[in-house]
Amino acid sequence: MKYAMSDAITITKRQLLQLARIPEVLVFSTIQPVMFVLLFRFVFGGSIATNQPGGYVQLLMPGIFVQTVAFTLASTAIGLAEDMKKGLIDRFRSLPISRGAVVIGRTFGDALLNILVLTVMATAGFAVGWRPTSGAPKIFAAFLFLFMFGYALSWIGIYVGLAVKEARTVQSVGFLVTFPLTFLSNAFAPTTGMPRLLQYFAEWNPVSTMVAACRQLFGLKNQFGATANSWPSQHPLETSLMYMVLLMVIFIPLSIRKYKNTSN
Amino acid sequence: MNSVSADHLVKTYNKGSVRALDDLSLEVAEGTVLSVLGPNGAGKTTTVRILATLLKPDSGKAHVAGIDVIKHPDKVRELIGLSGQYAAVDETLTGWDNLVMFGRLYHLGRQQSIDRANELLERFSLTDSARRPIKTYSGGMRRRLDLAASLIVKPKVLFLDEPTTGLDPRGRMEMWGVIEELVKGGVTLLLTTQYLEEADQLADEIAVIDHGKVIARGTSDALKSQVGGERLEVTVEAAQIAETTKIIERVSGNTAHLDSAIRTISAPVSTGAKALMDVLRALDEAQIHPSDIGLKRPSLDDVFMALTGHVAEEEASEPVRKKRGGKK
Repeated sequence: MKYAMSDAITITKRQLLQLARIPEVLVFSTIQPVMFVLLFRFVFGGSIATNQPGGYVQLLMPGIFVQTVAFTLASTAIGLAEDMKKGLIDRFRSLPISRGAVVIGRTFGDALLNILVLTVMATAGFAVGWRPTSGAPKIFAAFLFLFMFGYALSWIGIYVGLAVKEARTVQSVGFLVTFPLTFLSNAFAPTTGMPRLLQYFAEWNPVSTMVAACRQLFGLKNQFGATANSWPSQHPLETSLMYMVLLMVIFIPLSIRKYKNTSN
Repeated sequence: MNSVSADHLVKTYNKGSVRALDDLSLEVAEGTVLSVLGPNGAGKTTTVRILATLLKPDSGKAHVAGIDVIKHPDKVRELIGLSGQYAAVDETLTGWDNLVMFGRLYHLGRQQSIDRANELLERFSLTDSARRPIKTYSGGMRRRLDLAASLIVKPKVLFLDEPTTGLDPRGRMEMWGVIEELVKGGVTLLLTTQYLEEADQLADEIAVIDHGKVIARGTSDALKSQVGGERLEVTVEAAQIAETTKIIERVSGNTAHLDSAIRTISAPVSTGAKALMDVLRALDEAQIHPSDIGLKRPSLDDVFMALTGHVAEEEASEPVRKKRGGKK
């Protein structure tokens, strides 16, 4: 137990070292979100009508931030599945290190990567006209929310990676989960245009509450949809926090247990 | 004293439909090498995974250095080294990166980890490739690095799961050399293999397993004598087979067997080299010049065949055939 933290940090360092050895991975994992920013800004931005001062990009950026951190789930899961397949997890499990260290280390690594990706995206957003108006403390709080959301989701990723084991399958599963979650939300278009049933889903969708929370923290009034007087759309900060805590309370012990009992 | 013991291990998969281990027991005495020999799917890897704390058996007990593997896996992990069938190292990192990382995970200090990494790289002739990513390594180099990673803290007991499977002959010879060095250093080693010659070469004792059970165990020599002693083999021209057979049967006092496809006559002999000389002399007097003659000790494939009724599978059958074709 004494070494739990230093073991986890060793695993995190390994992940950073991987990035240093193959810098292409880092380049592409930051290019993709930047590409999304540009595509949505210039392709949809012109045709989605909003009465938002500053234009669609103000609504878009929170959505695209949340979408990007949501993909942490898949990248964590893929990384872990690859380690499983190559037998690295077996080797780690045969070492006298604390149970949680390997998976905790992986979530730290992915969290650090998220900080970098969010920074790059914010810069890209700024370049195409995104201007949050709420002042530094609230903007910081929004990024803290995003960071925590990504961290909570990477624990689901740990569980999925250990359970599915096959990196390609994990990738498909990751997309199957994250695509509907990010698009059945208020991230890119108003939920008001959706069929009634999907609207309910979209309002309770953690992606929506996160997007709404970020919009609020960035100083926007328009929640992009959320016409119904549903509790989550009126309390996006509280709901999002609740989701994050809930995910971590469930998936941290579950994943550590899974790691302990896993075998190829 | 036993360094490793497995008592009546049972492990089933798919809700009991596959019995990977079916009441398997084995021991390895301290400072000795046990080779667990068997074909694919016999239960070798499952045995190693249980002993190395990676898998829990359905029933049975296992001890490593006197410590219960199931009750105190953490303590066992401090004493063992494991090197698996697939090189379990981070391929994107360099050999040096990997060894330093594993040193840190064994809780060596930073400088200590670096020193140990350099030392092991030197010892396994990997110093020149230390700064290259593992994915550029040859199969043999990968295995050596994998083995090095399991030796960071000088384990009391080392488990090697098919350390040479998939290696070319040169890689295999190199790996054998490395393993022999380790054994000289006094480590207790449990090694699984499907290569009969490998068990013969490296192990003090062999446990033959098939369908999750130990079906025979003993020294390589003891196992061989279980199948029978030496045989004298003589290869001659087709026209001389009849006379040669008579000579062999007279000298050995046993019925000779003819493999007509390769014109080879053989018979069990109890007097070894003397029988060989007697037969040679008699052949010379009869003006018969054999194209090949020799004493053949039964190979471990003969042992396996005799014990299980089938040859060891796939990869193992390849060198087996070659050996039979090119006998001395």
